[in-house]
Amino acid sequence: MTTLRNFSRFITDTLRIITTGGPVYYAWVGLLLLLIGVGVNAYIGQVQNGLIVTNMRDQVSWGFYIGNFTFLVGVAAAAIMLVIPAYIYDWEPIKEITILGEMLAISALVMCLGFVMVDIGRPDRFWHIMPLVGRLNWPQSMLAWDVLVLNAYLVLNYFVVTYLLYCAYTERHYVKKLVTPLVLLSIPMAVSIHTCTAYLYNGLASRPFWNSAILAPRFLASAFCSGPAILLILLQVLRKTTRLSIKDEAIFKIAELMAYTMGFNLFLTAAETFKEFYSGTEHVVYSQYLLFGLKGHNTLVPYAWASIICGAVAFVLFLVPKTRTNWVTLNIGCVLIYSSVYIEKGMGLIIPGLTPDALGEIFVYTPSITEISVAAGIFALGFLVFTLMLKAAVPMMLGEFTISRGRKGVQPTKAEEHA
Amino acid sequence: MTAQDSCQPSSGTPCPSSEHGGRREFLGAAVAAVATALTGCGKLSKEEFLQHNFRELSKEEVLTVIERLEKEYKEKFGKDVKVANTPAMPGVMFGYALDLSRCIGCRRCVHACVKENNQSRDPEIHWIRVLEMEKEEGVNLQVAEQYYDPAEVPREGHFYMPVQCQQCKKPPCVKVCPVGATWREKDGIVVVDYNWCIGCRYCMAACPYGARHFNWGDPKLASKEVNPDTHYLGNRPRAKGVVEKCTFCVQRTRKGLYPACVEICPTGSRKFGNLLDKESEIRQVLETKRVFKLKEELNTQPNFFYFYGV
Amino acid sequence: MTRLLRLSILPWLAACLLAFAVTAVTAEEHKKPHAAATEIPKDQVQVPKPPFSEGIFPCSQCHDPKSMAPNTKRRALKDMHTEISLHHGPDSRWCLDCHDAYNRDNLHLANGKLVSFNTSYQLCGQCHGDKLRDWRVGIHGKRTGNWNGAKQYLLCVHCHNPHSPHFKSLKPMPPPTRPEAIQLKNGGAR
Repeated sequence: MTTLRNFSRFITDTLRIITTGGPVYYAWVGLLLLLIGVGVNAYIGQVQNGLIVTNMRDQVSWGFYIGNFTFLVGVAAAAIMLVIPAYIYDWEPIKEITILGEMLAISALVMCLGFVMVDIGRPDRFWHIMPLVGRLNWPQSMLAWDVLVLNAYLVLNYFVVTYLLYCAYTERHYVKKLVTPLVLLSIPMAVSIHTCTAYLYNGLASRPFWNSAILAPRFLASAFCSGPAILLILLQVLRKTTRLSIKDEAIFKIAELMAYTMGFNLFLTAAETFKEFYSGTEHVVYSQYLLFGLKGHNTLVPYAWASIICGAVAFVLFLVPKTRTNWVTLNIGCVLIYSSVYIEKGMGLIIPGLTPDALGEIFVYTPSITEISVAAGIFALGFLVFTLMLKAAVPMMLGEFTISRGRKGVQPTKAEEHA
Repeated sequence: MTAQDSCQPSSGTPCPSSEHGGRREFLGAAVAAVATALTGCGKLSKEEFLQHNFRELSKEEVLTVIERLEKEYKEKFGKDVKVANTPAMPGVMFGYALDLSRCIGCRRCVHACVKENNQSRDPEIHWIRVLEMEKEEGVNLQVAEQYYDPAEVPREGHFYMPVQCQQCKKPPCVKVCPVGATWREKDGIVVVDYNWCIGCRYCMAACPYGARHFNWGDPKLASKEVNPDTHYLGNRPRAKGVVEKCTFCVQRTRKGLYPACVEICPTGSRKFGNLLDKESEIRQVLETKRVFKLKEELNTQPNFFYFYGV
Repeated sequence: MTRLLRLSILPWLAACLLAFAVTAVTAEEHKKPHAAATEIPKDQVQVPKPPFSEGIFPCSQCHDPKSMAPNTKRRALKDMHTEISLHHGPDSRWCLDCHDAYNRDNLHLANGKLVSFNTSYQLCGQCHGDKLRDWRVGIHGKRTGNWNGAKQYLLCVHCHNPHSPHFKSLKPMPPPTRPEAIQLKNGGAR
């Protein structure tokens, strides 16, 4: 009974803490809500008129939505870049902030779910994909696998985060025997979500650009070098704005691990490019379209090269200890690697895979205003989820906001004043 | 989605605005409302929303579904549209052969198919795409041209290759569909349950022949253009947001008729029949001509063969 | 009494056996998915009427050997049938190589045997034997009807003008709409 009561107070107190804050907080949340409104407005148009309001057509049947989905699955998987040093190598400086990685994973998965919902032609039939209720074509369909592992990973992270925060709130030590195996489990699960997503593309013999054995390793490498970039920036922000203590060495260690994954990512990209251009079979048309343009169509070329150059520069910045430990170059590196992988996963994966199409036709796809608006709305939603979680989590982690120590910094309601 | 974080009925915490008993009704109504909203405020009946995969329906349920569909089509088009559910004939495996030396690229098959199978006229959907290639180069899809429009066909030095669903024995589209909305029937035709498809378009990415097409917008089909002789898995009018493709005119072939494209072809380039019948013309083609399959190395094992008659 | 019984049993047995045999044979016929609607003699195929020009047949209404003696000299026609331009084979080919001089309502084979216009494929098949073989089994030429039953064949001349057989070019039907041109109308995309 006490657990139920405590938990209900945990919920109501969380609600209170996320609805109160300073002017900056309100402005930020207000902006996100505005963007969500823009997205919802655009989505309504899409539901009424069908997906014809996007620029996807039969020839390029997947585009901006699925590109963002793929990128965000990588970001969600990147939480284990914190888990591995913290739990496998028992490195204290990172252990305290692992939860932030898991919260990032939750936000990213919420956005993934959002992008899938807006991409399917019949969102009212979403229940068809639920096992037992609908008909899930498992184990044949890789999408079925993806549905299962993504939701399992979401549930796992959600449970661990809620449990850890609840323990912090009720001023109890979390049960290590419960948390540690779950967190360790999240490592193969993170690998599995991105591998499943990679296999989704990899298994299609009809798209030679995707039908390459190193697609799954490439996905993992690019996920691990880009996901933590958001975290690095976030940790610096949190250090400045809250009393959360994050040691320099924690940040630099994450950056160092990212450097190695960046190097590996560049190597795999080079390996793929070599295979395409040196063998020079007919399948080179896809890489050609991406990097050099094909038959006068070179929309993607500047983006492709920007992605490679940004990735290479970021690698150097992260590899050299001097630039890695300099805050300016570190943050520049973070922005560069994030942009590089975002372009690579979105434009550099989906579009060249489908251009030229199965019968050799080149249809030049660029996202429409509707797609950009809806995507902005979903990103805003993810940011909002993350912001709200942080608003509640950070005070709890610092021990400032607990069930007994009152709610510092939170205005008591009229009811509580009278109580 | 944000509401999910703060209100979890499953963990025992009551939602701020409802009691225990009213919660379920509220959820049910909410789900139904959301579902209706998600179809674009269209006419989504409760029966259509709850309809299960066609393969899982009992005989009575199928009849109910067909009755409902015929009523909907009558309301929409003002015509008596019949939706059949003819099963596959036993001992039949359909095969198709196309004579590349005789196709002149006139596209009469493309438009006959559109008329027979109730495709949307706007946005335009064609189930057959005819590729124009140079005889010197041979079959090379990277230099094929679909949008050719000369005054007369065939153009000097060119040949024509129509492509439609190959009804593969190992269809990649069937493998990848997450909800099992597409499957291969006993007579070899790969079909789609238009009322189960969620429109994720994974099958379109998986098809190596570009044979599957999506209803990006609301399909526009004038009442006078509607072919009222339809099959549930074939040419019945579709809605937006679902995938469709050539079904070897299942509404015709299961009654023993030729597909529309075979009948309209002025040069007799299209051959169709039962692969299990030794006397059929399709078997004669396979045994006396040299056939090849498109993208054979992908091992999709199509039931569609190309050959050079001369 | 017993002799009568024995005599009556025999025809009864025979009738049963006959009925059984007939049923067995016809059951086989029903099982075959490919059953011919009517029996056509091996050297003949059921086809529609030849595509004669209006009023041109029967030829004997003008070409009566008694009133119009046939002129078997190879020449270019000047008085009648001038609308026919003959482009079939070598330059030396002319009308009476196929049309029978003395029986204008028929064609004739190389050995002189008369062939009706209704079965003109026998004549075409003399030189174009491979096409005839393909046409008989349904590989050559347009076919309509049932893939598992009666089919409508066409004569060679329904598609190939015998005087100028080269298949004429056709105006193609419209090409597909380009994907960029498939857009929402009346309201537009946001």
